[in-house]
Order: sequence, then structure tokens, then C-alpha cells
Amino acid sequence: MRGSRPGSIRQNSALPVHAGAPASVRLFGCWVALLVGGPILAVLLRSAMEGMGAFRAIGSASASDAIFLSLWTSALAAAIHAAMGTAIAWWLVRWALPGRAWISRVVDLPLAVPTLVAGVVLVGLYGPQTLVGSSLAGLGLHIAFARPGIVLALLFVTLPFVVRAVEPVLRELDPAEEEAASSLGAGRWRTWRTVVLPAILPAIAAGSVQTFGRSLAEFGSIAAVSGNLPGKTLTASVYVLGEVEAGHPGDAAAVSALLLLLALALNPLGGVLVRFLGGRRG
Amino acid sequence: MSIRLDRVSRSFGAGPVVDDVSLAVQAGELVCLLGPSGGGKSTILRIIAGLERADAGEVWLEGQRVDHLHARDRDVGFVFQHYALFRHLDVAGNIGFGLSVRRRPPDFIRARVAELLELMGLGGLERRFPASLSGGQRQRVALARALAPAPKLLLLDEPFSAVDAQVRQELRQWLRRLHDDVPITSILVTHDQDEAFAIADRVFICRNGRIEQAGTPVEILDEPASEFVAQFIGDVNLLDGVVRDGTVWVGPLGMAWPARDGACRVVIRSYDLKFWCMNPGIASVARILPMGDRVRVEAILDGGQALFAQFPRRSSLLLGLEKGTRIGVEVTHARCWPIQARVST
Amino acid sequence: MAEARPTHGVEWAIAGAVVSFLGLVVVLPLISLVATVGRAPWEAVAGLSTGEAVNALGLSAAVAAIALAVNGVFGVVGGLALVRHRFPGRRLLDWLVDLPLAVSPVMTGLGFLLLFGRTGFLGPVLERLDVQVAFAVPGAIVATLFVTLPFTVREVALVAEEVGTVEEEVAATLGATAAQSFWRVTLPKIRHGVVLGVTLTVARALGEFGAVLVLGGAITNRTMTATTYIHAAIEGRQTSAGFGMALVLAATSVLLMSAVQRRTSR
Repeated sequence: MRGSRPGSIRQNSALPVHAGAPASVRLFGCWVALLVGGPILAVLLRSAMEGMGAFRAIGSASASDAIFLSLWTSALAAAIHAAMGTAIAWWLVRWALPGRAWISRVVDLPLAVPTLVAGVVLVGLYGPQTLVGSSLAGLGLHIAFARPGIVLALLFVTLPFVVRAVEPVLRELDPAEEEAASSLGAGRWRTWRTVVLPAILPAIAAGSVQTFGRSLAEFGSIAAVSGNLPGKTLTASVYVLGEVEAGHPGDAAAVSALLLLLALALNPLGGVLVRFLGGRRG
Repeated sequence: MSIRLDRVSRSFGAGPVVDDVSLAVQAGELVCLLGPSGGGKSTILRIIAGLERADAGEVWLEGQRVDHLHARDRDVGFVFQHYALFRHLDVAGNIGFGLSVRRRPPDFIRARVAELLELMGLGGLERRFPASLSGGQRQRVALARALAPAPKLLLLDEPFSAVDAQVRQELRQWLRRLHDDVPITSILVTHDQDEAFAIADRVFICRNGRIEQAGTPVEILDEPASEFVAQFIGDVNLLDGVVRDGTVWVGPLGMAWPARDGACRVVIRSYDLKFWCMNPGIASVARILPMGDRVRVEAILDGGQALFAQFPRRSSLLLGLEKGTRIGVEVTHARCWPIQARVST
Repeated sequence: MAEARPTHGVEWAIAGAVVSFLGLVVVLPLISLVATVGRAPWEAVAGLSTGEAVNALGLSAAVAAIALAVNGVFGVVGGLALVRHRFPGRRLLDWLVDLPLAVSPVMTGLGFLLLFGRTGFLGPVLERLDVQVAFAVPGAIVATLFVTLPFTVREVALVAEEVGTVEEEVAATLGATAAQSFWRVTLPKIRHGVVLGVTLTVARALGEFGAVLVLGGAITNRTMTATTYIHAAIEGRQTSAGFGMALVLAATSVLLMSAVQRRTSR
């Protein structure tokens, strides 16, 4: 075995890749442990101090409604992006239509726009006082300060995830496989379903899981767009804020701890899902 | 600067990469570590430079033990395989780096950089950035950079492998001249035997983390210490033979060889053979392949073993040879290894 | 890569759906923000010239600057540490660094409140030291440091992984000390990652809302940041000031991001 390959990360070398933890690593480790570990342990500890009260807090009607609302709106946003994100990625990679650069730019915009601002602009367009909002309300469709607004806000802030997960995979995909399939007489849809979809499915799943996780944690845009009606448009994050402001930190901690554990479980679950979908292909 | 490694070993997880290696290099020598990829030669070089630490053994530079000395304190110039130039510095910045980190005065640095640019034939390129240089230029900048602090030892890790064949030839000759002009000891790692034999005073053949043989190019070419070395250093015929009463026989072909009776492996280099038309002879020509200025002749010995020889294009030995011709065979030089010894290595 | 125009009717339908989707979700709302502010620009300017708006912007800028400095330094140290060192607990550290991306900002605020609040775990200690974190400027800073931690670390780690360590080995053989090697070789090599990372940090710091709201309390002229100002203005029906501030924030972040994206894509 040769000692090194340029650009490779070697282990156990005298220089400059060190074994063991030098001062800089210890310093950084302490910083992260305090900054990230501190508040998260505080939430977990506080909710543990509630004992059985934590379960009562989560089980209360308003809390469980809020958690359930967060779960299904996030799932819906993930599902919509699974389809639309894939379509956008397809456009970016496969369609020689004008405006491709613009679409790419639009996809990245939501990462730059603060989430509260995202909520504010959605209210600005779809709010009850606006032209669009009032005409839609006339048709019986309420968006701002209603559940569709929540989903819309989630779609805004999570737009890039599926697109940017699927795009590179699609780019790497060998068109020869598709050509082979269609030369064997498979129709377009059949070719897509049997050749393309299995290849990009793991990426779609990974992007969707990311969308779901990010949606569960979303606060700023929802706070602006939802109107925060308990039982109707109050999501878990907003519920936690309400409990904090009402002086019930224990209840807030209990619901937060549940959301935190969900978020932590999502990563490994997503990994298993992606491996499963990828494995089926191989 | 003289170098001595004493029973140095190094493992990376799986197994030893350098296995109990001892070697000594005299001040002013240019030696090559030659061997197939993965033989541990680069690691030996990195251990000498202080870029890698040895698990066991001692490293001595100029009579001083340096195992615990940091690379920066060893006064060693190192040239890496893929140049590893600083992309954010221009040519002058690259060459002057080692002087500037040692806080030499700016005037001194400027003069030294100018001197090296001249020496390396890089004049006029001092403000260029590495990305705009050719491979050969980059390697010369890397060499100039390593030489700038005037190290007493220059280590080169496959320095010419990333440039094309013609430039490689030039750089090779030029490195040899440079070594002779500057008071320096050089160790060059390569897997290319032509390169090693073209420029080295002595060659160390490395294999599986061990030094298989050390000697001058002529010693190694004429007296390879093992079947592996013989095979590695050039076009060889590897044949099965039998020793009987001081003669080794490969089918009908006999050569004097003082050894105990028994089976052996015979190594004959392709240009240590002579073929000529002879009937009945002991072999027949199977193929004649022109290869540029040489011709390769393949023959089948009676008994079935194949062997090949190479002759200059206008050699008289080729007269009358064609496919199917019966020939006589003479061996001018050969080496034999008893089969048992081969098994034990 | 097979590139083509849509030919089939279904493909055109999909293309149409993409355009309408992006229009309805992202483009039209943002255009309507610009249009709303543009219809009465002086109202927005007047709203933004009030003391509380200026103070809020100033605090946001100050907090972003602190996040840039602190997490810029820790980002370089941490990114290099994660790539170049092998130490026990490395995986855990790697995981912890990403955690702020996964948790709700409200939970972040709550966690710090539970630590630093008057009845929090560290409340008595802070009281004895006479330090106020919750509902004070330090609270806004700590919350922002938390949410912006991952960006520089990630970008630096990405670049560091890519550029390797050969040049540092060269520097060592040329006699450079560890400090010289860092300043003159490593830092120039990873500078693109650093620039991208701190820009993302600043954009995220300017836009942080939930954690700053919970921990800072959004007290006018004291802990009110640009985002919490927008929130308060809209709740208080001062729509033009709120929209004006929203436009300022959005434009700043978008400009920052597109500047670095153009630079790093080259």
C-alpha cells in the first residue's frame, strides 16, 4: 500500500493529519457541547422533571391537535414536493426550454428569504384584504389564516430540497438505459416508470424526508400565515410558543421534547427508507 | 547528507507497509527506490522526511538520530508526485515560500528565487500562477521550491510520473546534471526501471515493504539477487530447468551452472541470447516481430518451452531467420534459482 | 444527457404545472411584496425611519456581525477538526453540529430560556453574577449563534475534504511552523468555503425569528430585531412598515446569497 494519494485523508500520519485531539478540537468540542447540547438537554431534562405530567401535556386536546396538524401538513408538503420537485428537477435536467436558469434561481430563492418574510409575503398575496385573497374567499377557498396557508408556507420554505436531491441523480442517469428500453418497444410512460423512476426514487425519498423534517420544525412562516387559531391552524411550534408565553414551560418542554425525538428519529428512518428503495433497484 | 535507516517498520491497519527495512546512503549519492506500486517505497521516503512516523526502528541523518524531529526541522527537500504547488501563490511565491517562512530578508529571497528561476529554465514565468503552467514547468517549479532553502537531502516521490514521456526524458537527464552540480544527496522513488537505471548511482529494489536487493545498476542487471528482481528489471525469459552435474538444462539447451542437482528456475534476459540458423538445431522460430529499432524473435525450444530474444534491427544474427527456421541457441548470461528457494520467499 | 423539448401533451401539462406551482408559491408572493411596497414607497420609508425600526435593524446587524465573527472562527476550527483529525467522539460532534438545522427555533429559544431564564437551571447563578441573558441582547446573540452554527463548519469541511493536506506537507518540509502553515497555506486553500459559510451565516442570522422571539422577548428598542419588528408591525396593523422591513431583509439576503453563489460557481 502506498503511503498517500494526493487529496486523500490519511490517518495516523505524523503531519498534518493528527491522531488524537489537539487543543483546537477540544475547544470546538466544548463550544458545540455547550451551545447545542445545553439547550437540548435543558428541554429534555425539564420535560423529564414533569414526569407523568409530560404525557398529560402532550395528550391534552389542544396539544395533540397541534401535533397532529403539524404532522399532516408536513406530510402533505413532502408529498406535493415529491411530485413537483421531481418535475422541476426533470425540467432543469432534461428540457431545453427557455427560462431554465430562472427556474434554477427561483428554486434557490426560498433559502435566502427569511422564513418569517416568506409567511408575510404569502399573507400579502393571499390575505383576506387582498384582491387575490378576497376573490378566492368568494369561491369559498380561504388560504391565509387557514390550513392551506400553512401548507403553502411549508411548500415555500422547503422548495429546494427534493429538486436539489433529484437533480444530480437525474444528470448522472445514463440515457442509454432509457433508449434501450424504448428500443425494446416500451412506451414513454412505461420506460419512465421502469427505468427512470427506480433510479431516482431514493433521491426523491431523501428529499421528501428532509422536507418533512424541516416542515415539522418550521415556525416563522407559519406564525405569520396561519392566524394561530387553536384546534384549527395552531401547529406544534406555535403551540409551544403559546405555552411559553402563557408561563407553562413544563408543558412547552414536553411537546418540544416529543418534536425533538421525532426529528432525531427521522434521520435514521430516512436512511433506512433510502437504502430500502435503493436496494430494491440493485 | 548521509542517511541510515535501521530496522524501520510501519503498518497501516491491514499489514506492514514497511517491513524491517535497513538501508544506508552516502553523502552525495543519487539513489533510486525502485519497485512495483504498493511496495512501500513512498512510505520509506515519507518516513525519512518526517511526514510519516515509523512504528519501530531508527532514522539517522548525517549521524544524528532524527526520529522525533518534526519534518520542518529535518532540512530535507521533498518533491511530490503531483507537484502540490500552492495554487494561490505565483511561481516566485512558491519558490520563495521555504525562505520566507524561515524569515530570510526579502532581498535575499528575491536573489535566490532569481537564481533558481535561471537554474531551472523558468525565467519570465515568475508572475505566472500554477494553473497556467505545463506539467513539466510545474514539476520544475516544485523542484525549485524544494531546492530554495538549500537542503542537504532531496527526496523525490515519483516526480516524473505525471508528465508525458518526452518531458520525462528531459527532466531525468536534467535532474542528474543538477544533482552533480549541487552538493546534495538525492533519493528518488520510481516504479520505472528505465528511469532508475538511467540516473541512479545505486538502486534499491523494494517489494512488499522490504528491500529485495541493493546495488549499482550494473550489479543489479548482471547479478539479480532473486527471480523477482530479474523479472522486474526487464524483458526476461523465465524457464524451468534441471541441474545435472554442474550444467543446467532447459530442454535441449544446456548452460554451465555450478549448483546442486535438482529442479530450478532459469532467468535469461532477452538480449543475453543468440540465435542463428542451424539444422537440425534445438529450436524453431515461431514469430518475428519488428519493434522499432529492435526485432523480437520468439522461438520454441524442442520440448515445448518458449523463449524470446531481442536483436538490433541490422544484426547479422537475423540473417536467414524466418518463421519455422531451425536454429541454434547460445546463452551469454543467465541466472538460476533452485525451486525450493523460490517457494520459501 | 438527452435534452429535448417536451413533445407529448402530458409533458406540456407538467411544464405548465411547474410554472404555475413556482409562480403561485414563490414568485407571485415575492412580486406582490415588491409591488405593495412600491405602490407607496414613502410610507415604507417613513415607517422604517422611526427609532424602533432603526434600532431593530441595528441590533440585527450587530447580532449578525457577532455571529459572523464567532461562528466564522469556530467554523474554520470545527470544519478542519472534523475532516483532518480522528478522535473519539468525532461522529457525535459531527451529528451535534447539524442538530440546529433539525430542531424548531421555538424549541431552541425554549431550551435557552430553561437554562438562562429567571427560573431556569442556571438562573440563580446568572442572578448572583448580575448577568441577564433571557429577554436581553445576550439572549438574541446566543439564540442566533445556535441557529447559525452549522453553516461555516459544513462549508469549510466540504472544501477541506476536497483540497486534502498535501500542500501542508510541502509547507512542513519547507520549514513552516504550524501557525505559518495555517495562515499561509490552509486558510487560502479553504477561503471559498469560509466566504460561502459566513455569508450563509449572516443571511440566516438576519432572518432568524423564532428563537430570537422566544429568548429575546422582542422588547421594543431593546431586544427587537428586524424580524421581530416585522412581526410586531404586522400584528399592530402597521403593514407598510412591516412590509418595508420584510423587503429590506429579503433583498439583503438574496443579494448576499447570489453574490457568493456567483463567486463560488466560477
